[in-house]
Amino acid sequence: MLGLITVGCVLLITIYLIISGLPAIREIGFVKFLFGKRWASTAAEPEYGILPFILTSIYGTAGAIILGVPIGFFTAVYLSKIANKKVRSVIEAAVNLLAGIPSVVYGLVGMLVLVPSIRKIFSVPDGASLLAAIIVLAIMILPNIIKVSITALDAVPEEYEDASLALGATPVETYFKVSVPAAKSGIAAAVVLGVGRAIGEAMAVMMVAGNVANMPSLFESVRFLTTAVASEMAYSSPGSLQRNALFSIALVLYLFIMLINAALNFFLKKDKEK
Amino acid sequence: MSKKRKFYIFLMRSIMIVTTAFTAILVLFLLAYVFIEGIPNITWELLSTKPSYLEERIGILPDILNTVYIVIATLIFLLPLGVGAAIYLTEYARNQRVVTTIEYAAETLSGIPSIIYGLVGMLVFSNNFGTSLLAGALTLVIMNLPTIMRTTQESLKTVPQSYREGAFGLGAGKWRVIRTVVIPGCLDGVITGCILSIGRILGESAALLFTAGFAHALNNFFTGLRSPGATLTVALYVYAKEEGEFEVAFAIAAILMMLTLLINLSATLVGKYFAKRKNI
Repeated sequence: MLGLITVGCVLLITIYLIISGLPAIREIGFVKFLFGKRWASTAAEPEYGILPFILTSIYGTAGAIILGVPIGFFTAVYLSKIANKKVRSVIEAAVNLLAGIPSVVYGLVGMLVLVPSIRKIFSVPDGASLLAAIIVLAIMILPNIIKVSITALDAVPEEYEDASLALGATPVETYFKVSVPAAKSGIAAAVVLGVGRAIGEAMAVMMVAGNVANMPSLFESVRFLTTAVASEMAYSSPGSLQRNALFSIALVLYLFIMLINAALNFFLKKDKEK
Repeated sequence: MSKKRKFYIFLMRSIMIVTTAFTAILVLFLLAYVFIEGIPNITWELLSTKPSYLEERIGILPDILNTVYIVIATLIFLLPLGVGAAIYLTEYARNQRVVTTIEYAAETLSGIPSIIYGLVGMLVFSNNFGTSLLAGALTLVIMNLPTIMRTTQESLKTVPQSYREGAFGLGAGKWRVIRTVVIPGCLDGVITGCILSIGRILGESAALLFTAGFAHALNNFFTGLRSPGATLTVALYVYAKEEGEFEVAFAIAAILMMLTLLINLSATLVGKYFAKRKNI
């Protein structure tokens, strides 16, 4: 019966989030909460609209995917198909290190390297922006994308590639026109995993994104769903509408994650069926 | 070969080499930057004292101890639960539907972001035990459960069925077979799971911020568990973001990097050691 503990944990988390997240949504109003454009929880007349956070999370994740997936994808193809054993093991060790670095370290380096350079290069008043967050997230999802894609590419049967080579295709053509399509659901799973990690990251983003509840724009300080919860939790008083609204934000984030999990399972299952 | 084909091959090849080189350089840069900025700031005084406003000094000894305490406390709860669940799933569970449900739940758990663990941990554990290392450790137990379950399960599957049958044939009962044949066989999975979990505990911050707090008091193990305390990662965040003490932050970052290197190295070595032993 010990095995049921995981089911218990999932139920516990779901129930707690729903119980603590629903009251504020009911009080503020569903539409006003989800689509309100202004978040001013400490103003004299507080407003709780989380559209800026939702859009920032979506834009930030999309940006990280656009930057990170191509780099991760081509690296994975190179490591899986072309690189010799030594190069592969060295770079795989490096990727594993990248995966193990704590997120606050990424945040710290981003804060002191990325943020000042964005300020200088684009001559904006403050470098802490959506762009900085996108770059940090792209780096953070890189190891997930590389590792999962390599696993998928390694599993492509050698006969497929041999057949293509025998028909006169060069190795590079074979890898991109035969191996990659054969591994496509595994690669899709890698991308979805990256989305999940990017949308759930809090600490690193908190350190580089500036944390002001603006509508998303590349060079402005923004707040993600995760950082909205993290930044106000410390000083909101228990039982207040402000804190309850934070739980509602967490509930919205949780729903996003559940959606992503379902997508991930779909791709993994497809991979197994073949 | 047509020009177009040649160009395609050349283009793809160059893109692959550039991206791979980029990944490698990125890792090198991160390592070099953190070590160059951090290692000069690691002093004996920093490592061996606690922060004091009177003497205007910052020490991270309490944070180091808190990290050790939370790792120990988490593993104490995590090991029996995770290993037990994995053994149940592979050795006892007959109902296929129960198994899929449990595995689906474990997958869901591993996808939930740490900030949500932090919130639920705050609601469930901190409201009962107070903001304390214990509340943080219990939150981490739930977070790491899927990891240790998966690694244990995978190594249980590699224990040959004939071993079990041999033991049964000699007249051993179910529990005796598990104790003497199955558990020794899955030792490598358990150890790998432990190492991975320790790595994740060391790197975790969002889940601990609201459950374990950020105090820097010097405590022994048992008082430590009952009082709030910052681990190294949380301390890094507080020093960098709230207090602007970047030198201390970089010193902690360098220590964390070294620990990450150490953990990756030991995971590889353990994997190699057991792979060799299994081949004999």
